Amino acid sequence: MNKKSRSILESNALYTLIAIVIGFLVGAILLLMIGDNPGVVYSTLLDGVFGKPKFIVYSIIYACPLILTGLSVAFSFKTGVFNIGAEGQFVVGSLAACVVGIFVDVPAPIHILLCLLAATGAGVIWGGIVGFLKIKKGINEVLSYIMFNWIAFYLSNYVVNLEAVHRTGGGEATKDILDSAHMSVPLWITALTKCTDSNWGILIAIGAAVLVWFIMEKTTLGFQLRAVGYSKTAAEYAGISSNRIFMISMMISGALAGLGGATQVMGMGGRISQFAAQEQYGFQGITVALIGASNPVGCIFAGLFYGAMKYGGNKLTIINVPSEVINIIMGTIIVFIAISHVFKALLTRGKGGNN
Amino acid sequence: MSITTYLGLMINAMLVCTPPLLLAALGSCFSERSGVINIGIEGMMTIGAFVGAVVAYYTGNGWLGFLCGGLSGAAFGVLHAVLCITYNADQTIAGTAINFIGPGLAVFLCKAMFDNSSDSPSLDPASKLPKMFEGAFPAGSFGYNVISTYSAAYLSFVLVILIWFIFFKTRFGMKLRAAGEHPEACETLGINVRRVRYICVITSGFLAGLGGAFVTLSTVSQFRPSVIVGQGFIAIAAVIFGKFNPQGALVGCLIFGFCNGLKSLIGQNNVVSPNIISMIPYIVTILALVLFVGKSRVPAANGKPFIKSK
Repeated sequence: MNKKSRSILESNALYTLIAIVIGFLVGAILLLMIGDNPGVVYSTLLDGVFGKPKFIVYSIIYACPLILTGLSVAFSFKTGVFNIGAEGQFVVGSLAACVVGIFVDVPAPIHILLCLLAATGAGVIWGGIVGFLKIKKGINEVLSYIMFNWIAFYLSNYVVNLEAVHRTGGGEATKDILDSAHMSVPLWITALTKCTDSNWGILIAIGAAVLVWFIMEKTTLGFQLRAVGYSKTAAEYAGISSNRIFMISMMISGALAGLGGATQVMGMGGRISQFAAQEQYGFQGITVALIGASNPVGCIFAGLFYGAMKYGGNKLTIINVPSEVINIIMGTIIVFIAISHVFKALLTRGKGGNN
Repeated sequence: MSITTYLGLMINAMLVCTPPLLLAALGSCFSERSGVINIGIEGMMTIGAFVGAVVAYYTGNGWLGFLCGGLSGAAFGVLHAVLCITYNADQTIAGTAINFIGPGLAVFLCKAMFDNSSDSPSLDPASKLPKMFEGAFPAGSFGYNVISTYSAAYLSFVLVILIWFIFFKTRFGMKLRAAGEHPEACETLGINVRRVRYICVITSGFLAGLGGAFVTLSTVSQFRPSVIVGQGFIAIAAVIFGKFNPQGALVGCLIFGFCNGLKSLIGQNNVVSPNIISMIPYIVTILALVLFVGKSRVPAANGKPFIKSK
């Protein structure tokens, strides 16, 4: 077998693609079982994403927070930490951005910067506390992440219901953030996309991805982070303090998720509503990180894919199809990504390329 | 209200809130102790909650619903076991997939079966899990609140003892703990590590499914998408809190059950924000770990696929 076809068979992208195809096949089988026509459903989904420029813009807007929570989880994965707490960091990030957005009255560029800083800071603190508990008290981070997800959840609901924050009109939500805190795009772009929610949050997501790539691949810190991820003991033997690295990794990971929360509030919502249940941005970020193979660029594409599925999936309710089929498809994709090494072994052995 | 009535109400709330967590946590103990991380407990509970409610709705038998809820969880246990044990998949990734597929499938099927409604029809009291000694105590009395409650709740507490016995007093328990610590050594002693792990992971799904079914067959009386949300993760936290022992997990679950009981009492007057009260169990868990319990040691081989040497 020639070199080129072997390198295709060994690349992760191929197996991610196979997983995606199988995911849609499984979805189709389920749809057939409940008497829906998968062709109609999938064309509705496609049309819901690509049918109008506005739909494409919405898919990108939906993708933005997911790319950031995906980056957050991917960053922690690289150091061997499983950030199941991106959910909570996202929530405190959106809360901080919202509060600063409502109460600080400064000109637009400074205001936006302040909101982003507040959200990032909140995420750093939320991730940092868990890091502190891990390295100083030896408390398993998975446990504290789960606890802090819920503390963030109730904290947000508490703040939403404070008299000073709660909106005066109808609805269980905060006041709207000031216009100066909105990441709105110039009017001519809105006219072009015909989407009033157009915002430039995606630039922040892409910028964050580039920054993550740079830290990981081009700095000493990134080398240390990856070294601890590969083998904690080997890294320590080489003089790297794994505790310090865990702390840094968990704080940066928190910052990314917090930033994701900010883009959601400042881009689309403009306010926070009272939660009835966890909004799942953090958990969806885990999926984004997995589909994106924990690679920053991979996370951008995986986030766009997930954002499109989420936005397009909403349209399925119009034709009376349970939109949960999207979750099943995403879950199946993860299953087949998890066992992609089996396919890889099958394909490369079948072609005799294992030499 | 007298002090005994208060106490009775609180114990009642605790007896209803603890079992779902406890059943799922006991399941998690099985899986983690045998060396397989099971983050999919949440998804297994949700499918159990759905199947339990639907079976009870159609058959009118709460116990049958409870059992079928467990079996549906076990089916996801089989999926997790095949992925993690046969195909050596990353256990966290496989569990994450189950957390998408379980709740997704539950709501998907619910909408398909009940005219696009994400809630299943509510169950009449006769098709829910039965309460013990009904009518033996006057309504509102201490006995009514504490003893005339779901027998399945008491069953879950008995299970703690049973599972403690299995873990620490039987040959199988020894094998399962060994499989989680040093599978290679097990294999040299002729223990079939994969088989032990299969049994444990499927059992963990079964127990998580029971936990989910308890929710829909006792308090909530129907399936709703929000019926489980998060309880599976709290069960996992309780297990880590309890150092991967059934008796420790019980303590972790009781903290949550107790705080929920407290919540239903304090919640009656509006002095403190209900959101602040809701935070208490999470903060208490962290504080208890920092102050009293300390480091929780994860079973040594947890999360590592066992690849048989040739």
